[in-house]
Amino acid sequence: MVVGVEHYLVLSAILFIIGVFGVITRKNLIIVLMSLELMLNAANLAFVAFSRALGDMTGQVFMIMAITVAAAEVAVGLAFVVSIYTHRETLDIDVLKMLKG
Amino acid sequence: MPWSEIGISLVKIALVLFLVLTLVAYLTLAERRISAFIQDRLGPNRVGPFGLLQPLADGLKLIFKEDIIPERANKILYVMAPAFSFITAIIALAVIPIGGGFSTSLFGLLKEPTFIKFQIADINVGLLYVFAIGSLSVYGVVLGGWASNSKYSLLGGLRSAAQMISYELPLGLSILGVVLIAGSLKLGDIVQAQAKLWFVFPQILGFLVFLVSSFAETNRLPFDLPEAEPEIVAGYHTEYSSMKFAMFFMAEYTHMIVASSLIVSLFLGGWYLLPYFGWFGIDIVKYWFLPPLVFIGKVFLILFLFIWVRWTLPRFRYDQIMNLGWKVLFPLAVINIIVTSAVIVFI
Amino acid sequence: MEDILFYIFAAASVAGALLVVTHNNPVVSVLSLVLTLFSTAVLFVFLLADFIAAIQILVYAGAIMVLFIFTVMYLNLRKEALAFDSKSVPIKFGILFVILIVVAYLSSLGFKRGLQITGEGTSTSTNFGTVEGVGEVLFTKYILPFELTSVLIVVAIIGVVAIAKRRFN
Repeated sequence: MVVGVEHYLVLSAILFIIGVFGVITRKNLIIVLMSLELMLNAANLAFVAFSRALGDMTGQVFMIMAITVAAAEVAVGLAFVVSIYTHRETLDIDVLKMLKG
Repeated sequence: MPWSEIGISLVKIALVLFLVLTLVAYLTLAERRISAFIQDRLGPNRVGPFGLLQPLADGLKLIFKEDIIPERANKILYVMAPAFSFITAIIALAVIPIGGGFSTSLFGLLKEPTFIKFQIADINVGLLYVFAIGSLSVYGVVLGGWASNSKYSLLGGLRSAAQMISYELPLGLSILGVVLIAGSLKLGDIVQAQAKLWFVFPQILGFLVFLVSSFAETNRLPFDLPEAEPEIVAGYHTEYSSMKFAMFFMAEYTHMIVASSLIVSLFLGGWYLLPYFGWFGIDIVKYWFLPPLVFIGKVFLILFLFIWVRWTLPRFRYDQIMNLGWKVLFPLAVINIIVTSAVIVFI
Repeated sequence: MEDILFYIFAAASVAGALLVVTHNNPVVSVLSLVLTLFSTAVLFVFLLADFIAAIQILVYAGAIMVLFIFTVMYLNLRKEALAFDSKSVPIKFGILFVILIVVAYLSSLGFKRGLQITGEGTSTSTNFGTVEGVGEVLFTKYILPFELTSVLIVVAIIGVVAIAKRRFN
């Protein structure tokens, strides 16, 4: 390993915090979903980096599980997005407050 | 990695680029000549002997045409889209083996003879690499359609995205039978596993599904809905002109070449001459130039099939395409996997 | 050479991530996310995870992101307002950012120290990260979680079909 594991971890932290920033500040539902993907991707990077450092492939198996979860999440999330957009004509999460009950 | 290895790889890359670009140019000529033959016409035969210089004339014409960018288009994405389309098409060729290879010391430049493979990179996940790159190619089309800011382009791009996603599933599932039998994702290993018997015989169902799906993935007739002329002008490249249009065009033909090479290396024995017993005793280490010739000959046959089908069959309707993909090809591919794995496990 | 390539692709992934959260055009956001995912896949190759890298491009960049771009184009979203709640949000994030990076760096140092103490090396077998290696671990040690993901996918498919059906009725 020429590049140490700490480089990958710092990169993962940077990507994760950018994702959090997007989730909290953006108003568009699709961008929020994409920022979530960014956070998942950052976590995956940390998993694979640790897997390499430990010489254990469990981290890579976790990554496969995470990708499956991400795919399911995106499919359901985008179905909701399309459904909401056809009902309300907007994706602004400040306007969409029907989940409050 | 020693410098000689990098140098050999660079030479290989340059050679493949040159060969494929030339082949693309002459494929357009072949397409026009064969279509003319099928329709009982003559086709372009004025420029050079048998029209052989026609691609050169076409290229010159396209370069000197006015390059128009629509006013309301998203300029950066509009310029990026054709390049993206072409690059993703051509880099898939990096893992295709066109022959065994040969030993050489490069006329005494190297101290000991090295074995040079007829393949740029024999990576562990070769087949997955081809599919990963292929799955990226949809962006070029979609972006071109979106960035032009025209309704026909947008419709073409959307149709293409839906069609390519739908047909990637049967395409990916149909090769699993081959992977199960060969026991490897390396394309070199898959070809070598066909030394005794081509995979087209035990995997006839997978072969048919793969063939039909690859027609759909390359956006050729009878599945060229993304650029259906009578419905949406020219689909995603309606607004494109000059070399940008030419790049989309080249990307389509490169996709054809990639699909044909994949069909040949997965099902039709790669660089093995005969369906049974490969080379029946010819020493291919000595006559190392024979396997690439056989491979390229087979690729030409499949390319001819692509052109033949295009000028013979009418276009499907959109719902028919989706029905064929999801209700016919997808179940067939799954049945193929189940039967193949059952045979491997129980026999 | 590997460290230069690492910095190039790390910078590309960070730039892509920043574009995702700051650009006002959703299509550009989707493409930037594809750039980030692709660069991360290249980093996976450096981490000897070939199979994971291929899966990352095939599933993430090739399927999930195409779904995103399809939705954006289908709804024809062109310009979105860049709305931030208040001016102080970026500053708070800046502080959080620095803290997290420091924590990541320190935890990695601790992790390395732990490796030295327990004596676990970074030695890897020949099929580390290849299709065979990952497949062996996945189908022996983690067969139950693997089977359970299929339940998850079935649930997702049924959910999506139910949502889509209700819209058309």
